[in-house]
Amino acid sequence: MDPQRLIKMANQIAAFFEVMPDRAQAAAEVAGHIRRTWDPRMRRALFAHLAADGEADLSPLAREAVVAHRTLLEPGS
Amino acid sequence: MDNIRRADYGTPPHQSSETVSLTIDGIAVTVPAGTSLMRAAAQAGITIPRLCATDTLEAFGSCRLCLVEVEGRRGLPASCTTPAEEGMAVLTQTPRLADIRRGVMELYISDHPLDCLTCAANGNCELQTMAGAVGLREVRYGMDGANHLRDAPDRSNPYFTYDPAKCIVCSRCVRACEEIQGTFALTVAGRGFASRIAAGESQPFMDSECVSCGACVAACPTATLMENSVIAAGQAERSVVTTCAYCGVGCSFRAEVKGNQVVRMVPNKDGHANHGHACVKGRFAWGYATHKDRLTKPMIRAAISDPWREVSWDEAIAHVAREFRRIQEKYGRDAVGGLVSSRCTNEEAYLVQKLVRAAFGNNNVDTCARVCHSPTGYGLKQTLGESAGTQAFTSVDEADVIMVIGANPTDGHPVFASRLKRRLRQGARLIVVDPRAIDMVKSPHIRADHHLKLRPGTNVAVLTALAHVVVTEGLVAADYVAERCDLPSFEQWRDFVARPENSPEAMEAASGVPAAELRAAARLFATGGNGAIYYGLGVTEHSQGSTAVIAIANLAMATGNVGREGVGVNPMRGQNNVQGSCDMGSFPHELPGYRHVSDDAVRGAFEAHWGIGLEAEPGLRIPNMLDAAVGGSFKGLYCQGEDIAQSDPNIQHVAEALRSLECLVVQDLFLNETAKYAHVFLPGASFLEKDGTFTNAERRISPVRKVMPPLSGLADWEVTMALSNALGYPMAYAHPSEIMAEIAALTPTFASVTYEKLEDLGSIQWPCTAEAPAGTPTMHVGRFVRGKGRFMPTQYVPTDEKVTRRFPLLLTTGRILSQYNVGAQTRRTANTSFVECDVLEMHPQDAEDRGIVEGDRVAVESRAGRTVLPVTITERVQPGVVYTTFHFPESGANVVTTDNSDWATNCPEYKVTAVQVSPVNQPADWQHHHHAFTRRQHELLARRAADE
Repeated sequence: MDPQRLIKMANQIAAFFEVMPDRAQAAAEVAGHIRRTWDPRMRRALFAHLAADGEADLSPLAREAVVAHRTLLEPGS
Repeated sequence: MDNIRRADYGTPPHQSSETVSLTIDGIAVTVPAGTSLMRAAAQAGITIPRLCATDTLEAFGSCRLCLVEVEGRRGLPASCTTPAEEGMAVLTQTPRLADIRRGVMELYISDHPLDCLTCAANGNCELQTMAGAVGLREVRYGMDGANHLRDAPDRSNPYFTYDPAKCIVCSRCVRACEEIQGTFALTVAGRGFASRIAAGESQPFMDSECVSCGACVAACPTATLMENSVIAAGQAERSVVTTCAYCGVGCSFRAEVKGNQVVRMVPNKDGHANHGHACVKGRFAWGYATHKDRLTKPMIRAAISDPWREVSWDEAIAHVAREFRRIQEKYGRDAVGGLVSSRCTNEEAYLVQKLVRAAFGNNNVDTCARVCHSPTGYGLKQTLGESAGTQAFTSVDEADVIMVIGANPTDGHPVFASRLKRRLRQGARLIVVDPRAIDMVKSPHIRADHHLKLRPGTNVAVLTALAHVVVTEGLVAADYVAERCDLPSFEQWRDFVARPENSPEAMEAASGVPAAELRAAARLFATGGNGAIYYGLGVTEHSQGSTAVIAIANLAMATGNVGREGVGVNPMRGQNNVQGSCDMGSFPHELPGYRHVSDDAVRGAFEAHWGIGLEAEPGLRIPNMLDAAVGGSFKGLYCQGEDIAQSDPNIQHVAEALRSLECLVVQDLFLNETAKYAHVFLPGASFLEKDGTFTNAERRISPVRKVMPPLSGLADWEVTMALSNALGYPMAYAHPSEIMAEIAALTPTFASVTYEKLEDLGSIQWPCTAEAPAGTPTMHVGRFVRGKGRFMPTQYVPTDEKVTRRFPLLLTTGRILSQYNVGAQTRRTANTSFVECDVLEMHPQDAEDRGIVEGDRVAVESRAGRTVLPVTITERVQPGVVYTTFHFPESGANVVTTDNSDWATNCPEYKVTAVQVSPVNQPADWQHHHHAFTRRQHELLARRAADE
């Protein structure tokens, strides 16, 4: 999976929830959406990219979501 | 002309709470007040002779055949135009009436060819029948006087012939064009004896505004307007009621058949979606089913550079099973998947997702709804609680203000458009939100009150600005919201949309919609009575497609427009069974009934019923499958009835993905674009060749009935079943009704659906449950499915697809009336007589800037690719916007579209692509390549060898 594509998708999701006033809830919504709709290999590829390349490409909210909810997003969780 | 006669009451029913009682020929009858004497008589079992009357049209009173006597009254009123009154005593058969009727008939017949024995309507002609009914025995006037018997037929239309020599000028065709279709293409030219039916300005039908819906043909009582298929084949022997396989209206038809040959498709007057109307596709464009391009034998090959080899069904199925198991052993269980088609039945969709989940052992199943209405599923589920439209089509009859957003009903959903236009002619107001001046903006007797001509990609800006006006001008339906909606979410949304940056004035720069116009539209929608929203792919196919659907739901809830007749949120589904394929669990994260695969209780129910453990993780969506194929983790695909190599965006990426597969199985009617990359071809069955059900845009489940045997020997559901059995997961359905029984057992919204009930009721709108055993025309009555309606803020986020100096124009795509989706069906019919290629629409100003003139071939280039199309110069598009369709593969519209997609669902952003357009004199490189590849694949097909 092209990691840049996954990063873009994650940032798009975050952009929708960005407007929520409760930041923690917004991050949870972002993570929840990814968890519910991304195939495990996509989530694995995202984490592999983040491990190799840091989190620079992610928007702040997307980064907060994958960091705070990493356990939820790990395949098999 | 209506073969295999259905009851015709002469005039339409009249709705009234009051009744009147009268006698007709001594028989007492009670009817709703306002009912015509003709209809009252018909209800009493009395047929009054008539020619200009039929119950699909308002009474006209011109033929003078239906005269009656009313006791105590002078004169002989026409029974079609005379309302029944309390205490009337009516006589329909008297010597005086008989004399007059014979005289009238004599005049008609004196200018009508006496060629009944060789006439296409012989045995099914109302004129012939009436001549018999009135006892006509002679025509005293002879044929030597002035007549129209030598008037030349108009054979310009590929589907029907207009023979004026047979015309009695009853005006039924003219009225059908006006009242039913709403096109106003026909008129009566001339006066008195010179009166003739004329198309347009006395032009051939094909040169007029006629849209070939066939309403005039259906209304004609003689052979004046007659289907060419009936002229060629003669009258049918039997009819089968079935459901159209084109758009999401899901029209009911009676397929009239002789042996196994379809003679014509007659729109079913009893059809709940179409009420006897049809369009050029459903009514006429069914010849593809027996087109010479049909492939009816399974084929396999090791590589796409090899010739095909025809094999038996058994060998083909065994080969697929071996290949998929080999791939899974080598690359893992998740390396294969399947695609469900919205052109297949519910039962077939259900079986494919079951095959993937139970036999493949993963959730890698998706449907073409991914690329059209997946944002509808997400957005409406989040806000209202159910992934479906809220109304029946007939609801529009009660609408006062209709908002059409990103939909082109006259082209995409023509039968519903006719109903919508009828409501507009009755006085409903119209707001159109569309980058183009679609026909709904201005057409005969239709004029939108507001056309918000937004820039492509700014739906959310416009919808949020509309909400801003509703909130800041105190137009919220406060009581409704307080009672029906989740208040914390409302308050959060209210505060968001009220921000100054969401005002029409602030959004004007982005959207291009004048703030004053937008404010006026918002006020009209919020205050004009019942407000109904109809939207299409112009809403969903954006990077913010789901956001726009949510914004629509927000707007409907805030104005109190969900949960009763005349209002609602109505997604206009593109293909016939988009709703159904989604309902059937075709998404990789949802089991049937839109329930997430991670829900242990739901998954457990399926595991128990299916006898196998199921994967709890979501699978790959179509674009994810393609990415994974390119990435090397996805190697096998079973594609039933879809053509992703033409319909999906960024075709060169799709082609790369398909080439990366080790086993691509395509099940289709034709060697479509995707099949050119396939290793296995399984012949599909058209909708005429199988039983099942489709679910249309109004959640209406309608029967699909086998009209002729499958040309390949198997219906599609039987093929899926065979494949599952070969993979070791047993399926043993004897008939699709057994599949529906399983669907009902496992899907709460289908709990009470049975084939027997469909037979009784004709069709059923889900939810169909113990509480609503006859179905649910209107959803969310009293309370939302999710309990309280949920508002969600809809921040406008501009698409990444921005115009630049290099790509200064925005391309948006759509469809036309005569073609359907990838055109695999309609391109193999005479519909190509209407349009034979995709064209690029361009504004005169943009054309002049580039030295482009009408008919030039132009290159359309985006960041994704380049293709060449003929151009037409038109002010339908605004400056800076160009438009095309994707019906013809050689056009390569989707070579240009990008893989941008909706944030929530990955629905592609077909509607916004930054492009440059320039005049050229030769095809694009892609087109050269496509031409060569297609020619090579056709050679390989022609060289196919039969299995020994």
